[in-house]
Amino acid sequence: MTLDSLRIAVAGILANRMRSLLTVLGMTIGVASVIILVAVGNGASVVVQDQIETLGTNTLFLVPTSTLNGASGDDTSRPGTASRKIELDDDDVAALSNPANAPDVRGVAPMTSAAQVTGTFQGATYTPMQFIGSTPSYFDMASLELERGAPFTEDDDTQHRKVAVIGQTVATELFGDADPVGESVKFSGAVFRIVGLLEAQGSGPFGDQDSIVLAPLSTVQDTMTGNTGTYSSLLIQAASRDRSAAAEDQILAVLATNHDLEPEAIESFFTLFSQAQLLETGATVTTVFTLLLGAVAGISLLVGGIGVMNIMLVTVTERTREIGIRKAIGARRSSILVQFLLEAVVLTGLGGTIGVLLGLAAGQIRVGTFGLVVDPYSVVMAFSVAVGIGLFFGIYPANRAASLRPIEALRYE
Amino acid sequence: MSGPLGRDPGGEPDRPPLIVLCDVTKTYGAGAGEVHALRGVSLVVERGEYLAVMGASGSGKSTMMNILGALDLPTSGRYLLDGIDIRALDESQLADVRNRMIGFVFQGFNLIRRTSAVANVELPLVYAGVRRAERRRRAEAALAAVGLSDRLHHQPSELSGGQQQRVAIARALAPDPAIILADEPTGNLDSVATAEVMELFARLNDQGRTVITITHEPDVAASARRVVRLRDGSVVSDRRQSPVRSVPSPAGEGVDEAAGAVPG
Repeated sequence: MTLDSLRIAVAGILANRMRSLLTVLGMTIGVASVIILVAVGNGASVVVQDQIETLGTNTLFLVPTSTLNGASGDDTSRPGTASRKIELDDDDVAALSNPANAPDVRGVAPMTSAAQVTGTFQGATYTPMQFIGSTPSYFDMASLELERGAPFTEDDDTQHRKVAVIGQTVATELFGDADPVGESVKFSGAVFRIVGLLEAQGSGPFGDQDSIVLAPLSTVQDTMTGNTGTYSSLLIQAASRDRSAAAEDQILAVLATNHDLEPEAIESFFTLFSQAQLLETGATVTTVFTLLLGAVAGISLLVGGIGVMNIMLVTVTERTREIGIRKAIGARRSSILVQFLLEAVVLTGLGGTIGVLLGLAAGQIRVGTFGLVVDPYSVVMAFSVAVGIGLFFGIYPANRAASLRPIEALRYE
Repeated sequence: MSGPLGRDPGGEPDRPPLIVLCDVTKTYGAGAGEVHALRGVSLVVERGEYLAVMGASGSGKSTMMNILGALDLPTSGRYLLDGIDIRALDESQLADVRNRMIGFVFQGFNLIRRTSAVANVELPLVYAGVRRAERRRRAEAALAAVGLSDRLHHQPSELSGGQQQRVAIARALAPDPAIILADEPTGNLDSVATAEVMELFARLNDQGRTVITITHEPDVAASARRVVRLRDGSVVSDRRQSPVRSVPSPAGEGVDEAAGAVPG
């Protein structure tokens, strides 16, 4: 009997092909968009995960709070620390580099950042987002790879040579498609020779990572930030990812000793960023993003379901006479109910199946480093919800059909 | 041969009459708009009768047809179909009664559109739960009995009115019902097709089947063995034109044909 009901339902669907096709299309779009949009969200979080891998999860940024706030005099907001401004200096670098003090710290690269440095090359000008002076170890610690040329050297730093390594965005803005290595660019009045071009980093949680210029620490201090003996931040590498938490404790302990601070007070003077933490925050954001996309797609699934209900109501009205005939020749209420419910479920199930196939096909799409990642759970869920929607939105029309009184249905024209 | 609700062409002497209507009334609406469609109709129909119910429009004959066909219930009075009190049945049981005991033939044919003749004829058997191969065989036999073996896979739109009505009759015959109940079966047909249908009914009756036709055409009523006239919801005459064919002739070719066409 079930198989017969299915046959009758399929015959009903085939009786109005165009309309059934459009209804199926609505469900197809709903199911496919759930699968595809969730895959887009997953793809985005995979990109973030990849960035975590490439950036090196064992690097830490140590930044004095004064630098972070971009001002010197806001210490008044911290009771008990009035008018103390603490900066990072060579003593800190030396102490942190000493394995006796901080055994889990593998390397320290002092950094100084120059703000609003405009570069000029043959009439083209560009102001990179970051202009950083540091030691050559910075490249290794920040996992920076070069596309062309080479990083500056210890010797460049000692000799205060005006050399720089630039990111892709800077190169494009100043040189277009030409090779920048070997060219000379004027940064804030000083002429720097470009020795290297970084590989493309893409955009991360902190904006365009390719809008960057790196130069030897000594040179940047000479020409821009001044030889104040202090650094805007330190890039610190922990021995391993597992030791990163231990390294953080050791760093804070060293700072407390060096600056004669109470252990509780340190965190109001220094902030330690772990890149991994920041990127994990980014991963959380992409999860929310995925959920949001899924919700939007879920709405289109719901709209498809309402379309099914609409069509089923039209079908029931249009086939009132047929229902009357069926009842007259002995169809029970339940047979009619099952017939129309099955029609709705077959429509949504068909739409769901096509939607799944479409979603899986779209899941193969890759654009550069970004690829869709189809979540099997979203496939199962979208399909089940589609069939569930067929049941839910089919019940009302089917019940209406089953409740028709045969004599009235037979009289219907 | 017959199922529990099936027809037994022989008819045992101790079985109750096929149809007993006892002071049946039907009232539609309420209060001032109350319409008395039937005002106390009593009628007994035996197995093997060929009965025509006549009357002008508004005489209550359609209401009578709906009640006889278990499509509607009387407001008061009793309706016993093969001894079963129809008013005591619930919706599902009424559906089963319509399915197994009554074969409807309508004025407008009422075939299901975009569905082949054989699938239309199979439909009551689907609802009766008959297995696929068996119902295909019975549907084909029923179509053969109405002379449409060569139109099995035609859709209603590809058939003439007379052919459609014959498919409808085959559909009515397929579950081997106790009664063929026809409502103005020739109302939409030309004279040739009308003659064909009337001949078919006469032949079915000859084979021992009970036929009840609701009609307003004297020609159609003339071929029946008994004519009941309704006026304003009451029976005004009940005339027997020829004896009931209660027991089919044992050697009658009609029986063999019926057995071959619509096995129980």
